[in-house]
Amino acid sequence: MTIQTPNGFTLDNSGKRIVVDPVTRIEGHMRVEVNVDENNIIRNAVSTGTMWRGIEVILKNRDPRDAWAFTERICGVCTGTHALTSVRAVENALGITIPDNANSIRNLMQLALQVHDHVVHFYHLHALDWVDVISAISADPKATSALAQSVSDWPLSSPGYFKDIQTRLRKFVESGQLGPFKNGYWGNASYKLPPEANLMAVVHYLEALDFQKEIVKIHTIFGGKNPHPNWLVGGVPCPINIDGTGAVGAINMERLNMVTSIIDQIIEFNDKVYVPDIMAIGSFYKDWLYGGGLSGKNVLAYGDVPEHVNDYSEASLKLPRGAIINGNLVEVLPVDHEDPEQIQEFVTHSWYKYPDETKGLHPWDGVTEPHYELGPNAKGTKTNIEQLDEAAKYSWIKAPRWRGHAMEVGPLARWVVGYAQNKAEFKDPIEKVLKDLGLPVSALFSTLGRTAARALESSWAGHQMRYFRNKLIANIRAGDLSTAHVDKWKPETWPKEVRGVGFTEAPRGALAHWIKIKDGKIDNYQCVVPTTWNGSPRDPAGNIGAFEASLMDTPMSDPTQPLEILRTIHSFDPCLACSTHVMSPDGQEMAKVQVR
Amino acid sequence: MAAAETLYDVIRRQGITRRSFTKFCSLTAASLGFGPGAATAMAEALETKERVPVIWMHGLECTCCSESFIRSAHPLVKDVVLSMISLDYDDTIMAAAGHQAEAILKETKEKYKGKYILAVEGNPPLNEDGMFCIDGGKPFVEKLKWMAEDAMAIIAWGACASWGCVQAANPNPTQATPIDKVILDKPIIKVPGCPPIAEVMTGVVTFITTFGKLPELDRQGRPKMFYSQRIHDKCYRRPHFDAGQFVEEWDDEGARKGSCLYKMGCKGPTTYNACSTVRWNGGVSFPIQSGHGCIGCSEDGFWDNGSFYDRLTNLHQFGVEANADKVGMTAAGIVGGVIAAHAAVTAFKRVTTKREKADAS
Repeated sequence: MTIQTPNGFTLDNSGKRIVVDPVTRIEGHMRVEVNVDENNIIRNAVSTGTMWRGIEVILKNRDPRDAWAFTERICGVCTGTHALTSVRAVENALGITIPDNANSIRNLMQLALQVHDHVVHFYHLHALDWVDVISAISADPKATSALAQSVSDWPLSSPGYFKDIQTRLRKFVESGQLGPFKNGYWGNASYKLPPEANLMAVVHYLEALDFQKEIVKIHTIFGGKNPHPNWLVGGVPCPINIDGTGAVGAINMERLNMVTSIIDQIIEFNDKVYVPDIMAIGSFYKDWLYGGGLSGKNVLAYGDVPEHVNDYSEASLKLPRGAIINGNLVEVLPVDHEDPEQIQEFVTHSWYKYPDETKGLHPWDGVTEPHYELGPNAKGTKTNIEQLDEAAKYSWIKAPRWRGHAMEVGPLARWVVGYAQNKAEFKDPIEKVLKDLGLPVSALFSTLGRTAARALESSWAGHQMRYFRNKLIANIRAGDLSTAHVDKWKPETWPKEVRGVGFTEAPRGALAHWIKIKDGKIDNYQCVVPTTWNGSPRDPAGNIGAFEASLMDTPMSDPTQPLEILRTIHSFDPCLACSTHVMSPDGQEMAKVQVR
Repeated sequence: MAAAETLYDVIRRQGITRRSFTKFCSLTAASLGFGPGAATAMAEALETKERVPVIWMHGLECTCCSESFIRSAHPLVKDVVLSMISLDYDDTIMAAAGHQAEAILKETKEKYKGKYILAVEGNPPLNEDGMFCIDGGKPFVEKLKWMAEDAMAIIAWGACASWGCVQAANPNPTQATPIDKVILDKPIIKVPGCPPIAEVMTGVVTFITTFGKLPELDRQGRPKMFYSQRIHDKCYRRPHFDAGQFVEEWDDEGARKGSCLYKMGCKGPTTYNACSTVRWNGGVSFPIQSGHGCIGCSEDGFWDNGSFYDRLTNLHQFGVEANADKVGMTAAGIVGGVIAAHAAVTAFKRVTTKREKADAS
């Protein structure tokens, strides 16, 4: 059967059905089903969020000042970004301002997360889709060294260095216990790197594993730990005391020096390892430009990293903001989180019930009732799904839409918006990458483009960290030590009933929390999360979501091995724990179900 | 096939005697309820098999435990994964997916019966027939029970697996349930925290591979080496508590001088963890050092004990009325004395390394 979707895809589910469950190297639980035709080209795609935790239900009636800690636990990979979104939502609702230093420190923490998340994503969640670990064993260390030195002046590049790690890798593989590399798709025809490039990438996989733990120390300094640092409504919890009594236990010179040192290392790693690796690997995959999906059509960015404290307007935000529809890069449309006509969520194909499922609901008016059921054409049983029925309900993720459109969010969406707005700091690096690889602008809208945008953003974020570190120092030098405003800390100072919205650009894309506060307690809390946008199922009009769109028309080398599916899905860096969020406005009780 | 170092080699290299090694095998075999002869088989397996296979499963969670694990500064995680254990299954980092991933579970269960460690991050939801967490088309709880059947021991990573954590906070819509309420017949090591400290996690794993035995546990199933003392007992701000010097408001003079955060809701006095000694991320800091009170994330039900900013009022263990204004110079002597007595009592408490069935009901 062939279906034409409003957002421009031709779905045909007549071919062989392939199921990938669990999808690994992501956060959380996810399933993908595709149909391939006789040439093994994907003609139909179904992506499913397979977990739901109900955090917003749990938030009801709690202290809004605690919400950051609860929402932070939505995700331990993008740790901190929900907490930041949450304190912004509460501050927006209650009219709380924060000091300038708190803005700089929050930006440093958010940017540190961007870098950490992007580095770990590329090397540890995504690289094995491009890099054949087993092939690395047959590389020539001398040639590997020559390759590494031709793309970067990173000092760890001698033949002996590569040889030693290769020996260790060989011993590991020959032991017969392959650990995380067991049952991988090694040797699949879709792997295109020569052994030397594979070895260089595996060595950098290990280096990045060592380095990522340093990046997060920025969180530890300001927030006490990572994952899940501490945040504060009204500012940041860490006091500044540069040289007075007790400075040793506050943000002091030694702490700032550590921050500076980590930022220097981040910039060096991005510029000498991460970005060159993307370029080197990309050069071998120039003819694999599948996976564009919605990126050349509809993208959405909220913007983040405010230059001016307490100013979240587009002019103040360093990451771009706006929506692009139908690939019209000439016109970037304004986004308003409070407009009930703009952001709406649908549940026609999600495991929830609405009173009227033909309509979408704005997050402030969300309704939630979990309703798990498989469609009439599903195969298997309720607790042993063999095949989903995408014509019915099939995911724990709702379907958010912007003015009715399915949107892609994330690093590529942000950079496309920045490119469309002609902002040099986004446009120039993109053009340089395309020029160096000899590719047209259209190549940007691909799995590879998504992966490259993330690397460029990591590099951008490192330099922004240096900027905000300098801003923090300048402000302290000017005599401002303030890190928290406490005039509205106590609930008795709050209005009886208020509502607010907070937003950030999480590593994976546009993120916002909507909150209603009544009598000092949370009355309603709703998150719409990057993976909710990207991983959304179909909507009543039949639009497919970004994950599904990105898989369409991709050829598979070997349909028994889901390598190409993983490659493209991973380019979004899915976070399933984040993606399934719901809360009823009146906090109605969850549907009662039989407990085993 | 090059001869790789076996687990037995690793153990012996650490100076463990042959006798201790066989004792470990006997105890483990007995604790698993295996019949006679199993200990010999196990010893033989450990002498010939290389690294201990570890299966790391994920239920309802946020992946903060995995993220913490890879932060370990000593040992480095690459060394753990390449040289100390065989991490054959872990959704977060494994190359394989779908049926190639599922095949590893089946193979491990058969090939390493009674010899693999099952590490669990997150927990199973029991509502909706378990389908709030679907893994391979089936309820996660089913997969968990199936893999637990033949495991040597289970490590419950973090607050989710140990107690339930955030998704189990009131009203727990999915009926998220800790591991020891679902698996009743296996030794379970609880390593709580949201997440646990990286070096605590790798410390537990390497303790087993280094000393060839499971670590000594407290009555709640936590390794004593990391969870037998309160944050407060070892907090560097403790003298300020004793002296009655408190932060009264965020960013006040007390905050900038590093006074005690007790009045800001710090849960250090009721939280058992290693944060104030081991600290976080290679010893850089811990929550109190960075100016926020402890939120008690390694304690059972910490989400449902009121606001994180509510002052603790249940400090009965200090033998004083829980009132910060009274805890000061005058009370310091009394408090110190009571804590010393408490510590002495704790030291003499009977050690139980095996959970009683009663706890698991």
